[in-house]
Amino acid sequence: MESLEQLRDRLLARFPGAKVELVTNPGPTAEHSLLLGAAHGRDVALFLRDDEALKLDYCSNATGVDWPGKEIVETVKKTIPAAAPSAVAGVGDPGPGSTSPATTPATKVVEEKIERIEPGYLEAIYHLYSMAKKHGPVIIRLRTGNRSDDVTLPSLTPVWRSCDFQEREIYDLFGIVFEGHRDLRRLLMWDEFKDHPMRKDYVAPDDFEWEPTPHGDVHERAKVHYPSPVAEPPDEPRRSPQGEGGPATATKEAPKP
Amino acid sequence: MSLTDLSAFTSKSGPTVRSVHDDFHGDLLEVSMGPQHPSTHGVFRMVVTLDGERIVRLKPVFGYLHRNHEKIAENTSYLGSMPYTDRLDYLCSMTNNWAYAFAVEKLAGQAVPDRAQYLRVILGELTRLVNHSCLVGFLFNDLGTSFTPLLYAFREREKILDLFESLSGSRMMCNYQRFGGCRVDPPPEWLARAKALVDNFPRFLDEYETMLTGNEIMLARTQGVGRLDPAQAVNAGITGPVLRACGVAYDIRKVDGYGFYPRFDFRVPLGEHGDTYDRYMMRILEMRESVKILSQAFKDLPAGPIMDPKAKLRGFRPKPGEAYGRIEAPKGELGFHLISDGSPNPHRYRIRPPSLINLTLLEEMCLGHTVADAVVILGSIDIVLGEVDR
Repeated sequence: MESLEQLRDRLLARFPGAKVELVTNPGPTAEHSLLLGAAHGRDVALFLRDDEALKLDYCSNATGVDWPGKEIVETVKKTIPAAAPSAVAGVGDPGPGSTSPATTPATKVVEEKIERIEPGYLEAIYHLYSMAKKHGPVIIRLRTGNRSDDVTLPSLTPVWRSCDFQEREIYDLFGIVFEGHRDLRRLLMWDEFKDHPMRKDYVAPDDFEWEPTPHGDVHERAKVHYPSPVAEPPDEPRRSPQGEGGPATATKEAPKP
Repeated sequence: MSLTDLSAFTSKSGPTVRSVHDDFHGDLLEVSMGPQHPSTHGVFRMVVTLDGERIVRLKPVFGYLHRNHEKIAENTSYLGSMPYTDRLDYLCSMTNNWAYAFAVEKLAGQAVPDRAQYLRVILGELTRLVNHSCLVGFLFNDLGTSFTPLLYAFREREKILDLFESLSGSRMMCNYQRFGGCRVDPPPEWLARAKALVDNFPRFLDEYETMLTGNEIMLARTQGVGRLDPAQAVNAGITGPVLRACGVAYDIRKVDGYGFYPRFDFRVPLGEHGDTYDRYMMRILEMRESVKILSQAFKDLPAGPIMDPKAKLRGFRPKPGEAYGRIEAPKGELGFHLISDGSPNPHRYRIRPPSLINLTLLEEMCLGHTVADAVVILGSIDIVLGEVDR
């Protein structure tokens, strides 16, 4: 099979204007991959499947990956003009025993920390093999614009049917919307579920089947999240008959197991 | 209610049987099979739409055994996930361990000593014997032979599970493989016991086949039922015996040659028709090939260490990188896709489950058949819900 660089050049010649980049894998396997632009993603995938030399007729694995935004702190050296010579001399004074010339510099070099947030994205990775030619894998990646509102990618299910359940799973667990998928529903979580649990910033609820009870650890933890009930007068501590998040005094009196 | 209405496929509990209307078919009946149906081999649900007794639509519903194994694995160390892989396909914990160890070794560039490679082949093929003999038993359960063939299979399985227990301490949750080798070295008595078992296994297969293969009811119920087109199967990512029953020669043991499989002389059986009968025969023939591999492995098993001395168990942190390791598990291609960011736990841990992806064409295989046939077709695909739902 041709090398990945050759394949990239061939794809760029075949699809002018398409985004095809080589993503290197620093690990010992050296299984590098091709990053495709979402606009031409499905055309390139069709080409990979039907090309005579490649015949990648089998998409083995389709995975989602969440790359959350990273906060990057950069230190930049900045020169600022000295305001008052006496003040600068006081700061820059190396000490009484030093032999270095204590000249008053005209400017001062200050290290400034700049925090910037590198935006995160979601990624779908496909491992392609050829059953006809028995070679592979060719790994292709598609990336979304961000993690919040621009999460649409072209579905590769029309190209490889094996992506059907796997793309549904990625949609379910990561929240990538696959355009052109014929039946994009949640696969593993229930349909009423709101969030995408495989995202790195997902916070699981304290208890999925939470019901208010006047005692117990779950209740104590849940108090942080739920509005506290109206405070009752302290002279009549009683346990709430319905158990609707009983007052704090009643909780304290609950016998410990 | 029209046929395009998908409201019944939500997880809300609804009626298990209801009537639907379609302009083409007229009045249809929609039946929810599962998740507590005995023939679905676990908590799997199929919403079947019937025209008389024929299936006109079938939608699988997943997730009843979902525990987000992948998320749990991202929050624990690499080694910490090893016992959890036992619970994926709980009939084949040895091959699950192997696939995971193989992927991590690929990620970290870890070598494996010769003796451990042989032990992996031995235990992997014993697992294949367990899985295939039980599968055939369960298939006959689905055909209506209540438990007799299954108990013959369980008799043999029990002997193999005793071997697993004496080696790893657990019958089914073996947790045996490690990154760079195996956990325990089998003593010579264990190997003698295992060899005697393998030598006697063809007799069990002959006995089994005498009962089952030529059975008239079996032939009538399985031949031509649930046919799968080879091109469609390749496109849908079907792997394992189900794919090879269609006549596509794709066995990862031969294609990738992982482990020490290139050293063994064995053949890959292929079917012709892609129907349920061929899928049954694939299992029987693969067991015979496994016996061949096992007897070669017992003959050639070298002495030596079972762990690479450079292997690191505690504080294992692979360098940043990515690896996809796949093996031919009894059910098909089992792959682990790992992405490391240099920390002690993986950034992404993905399992490519053969059971789930082999279900992609379940609807196509069942269309036009009866519900009783759908039960048999599902049984011949061989799913374990621990792996489907993860």
